[in-house]
Amino acid sequence: MVEKNPTLQLVLGLVFGLAFGFLLQKGGVAKYHVLVGMLLLRDFTVMKVMLSAILVGMVGIYALRHWGLVKLQVKPTRYAANIIGGLIFGVGFALAAYCPGTGAAALGQGNMDAIAVMVGMIAGSYLFAEASGWVARKLNPIGERGELTWPQLLHLSNPPVIIGFACAIVGALVVLWKFTG
Amino acid sequence: MKRSLFSLAALIALAITSGAHAADLGGSNDPELSGPAWSPYLVGALIGVLSWLTFLFSNKPLGASTAYARVAGMLGKLIAPRHTGSLKYFQDNKPKVDWEVMLVGGVILGAMIAAWTGDELMARWVPPMWAQRFGSSLWLRLVVALIGGALMAIGARLAGGCTSGHGISGAFQLSVGSWVALICFFIGGVLTAMIMFHT
Repeated sequence: MVEKNPTLQLVLGLVFGLAFGFLLQKGGVAKYHVLVGMLLLRDFTVMKVMLSAILVGMVGIYALRHWGLVKLQVKPTRYAANIIGGLIFGVGFALAAYCPGTGAAALGQGNMDAIAVMVGMIAGSYLFAEASGWVARKLNPIGERGELTWPQLLHLSNPPVIIGFACAIVGALVVLWKFTG
Repeated sequence: MKRSLFSLAALIALAITSGAHAADLGGSNDPELSGPAWSPYLVGALIGVLSWLTFLFSNKPLGASTAYARVAGMLGKLIAPRHTGSLKYFQDNKPKVDWEVMLVGGVILGAMIAAWTGDELMARWVPPMWAQRFGSSLWLRLVVALIGGALMAIGARLAGGCTSGHGISGAFQLSVGSWVALICFFIGGVLTAMIMFHT
């Protein structure tokens, strides 16, 4: 079903972006106080959106894959780069409050300070590119495991792991719903 | 009699709507202070469904951060074409308008439409919650936002993705690295926010 025409792919990107931005704004996750509220563990809107998306996405994508309709797009697991990059991202996330996707949505709804975040992201991307040769040679190989999924790591087939994750996420959502609505 | 009843009803209606309006002005309808317009559980589920569609029709996961790197590469090509072309990242990831750049452009427009339909469209440079803690200086907010953006981009490129690429798309594919990155996003974010807003 994948459309091969490159121009049509660009149009699809725009259409999917429109839907994604619409949903992010309606979900309240383009708002400064909702995003910072998550990091201060006072507002769990972001966690509700993310866990619901992970649950529905996981069940659907693994079902579509089972029927041969989609291919997984797993990014390589590199423990050192994932951990160091993840922590640096987190520090930036708290300073900026908007992350790369929600920053674009924040700009759309009129949080003009998101412009500074986006300019910073463009500059930061270039700075990273300056060091990308060194990162690829020195950092990425530390704990490099390639495309690695939980079922592979645990030496289990997909269904029990999917059922386990689904139960854990549903449990977490029920707890969130009970205590925070 | 009929007429006076009608005017009474109109008066009551006016009182109710103006009362509601006064409450709005009181701040409860301030988009910067109100919660989500739709149920966050529903929005999350719909983002999950949207992911099925991007996999089905574009063979791609939702992800935002690489779009900024593509734009950085395009600007670099304009300013310093030789140097930009010599950098490994831009050799592996050609600077061009691609699916992700269009996606992020769409996110801006989509959020604008959503805010407009929900009467939440505004133009504000300093978020009230920030101003309450750090004052209303525009420059302080912009400098911190800029540094935050730069750190996020460096972190996302190191880790291989951001809150959407790793946090949602990678996590639901059960990628181990994505879960590690997602947990680190929140460890770094929660610690920094706690320090920033500690009073």
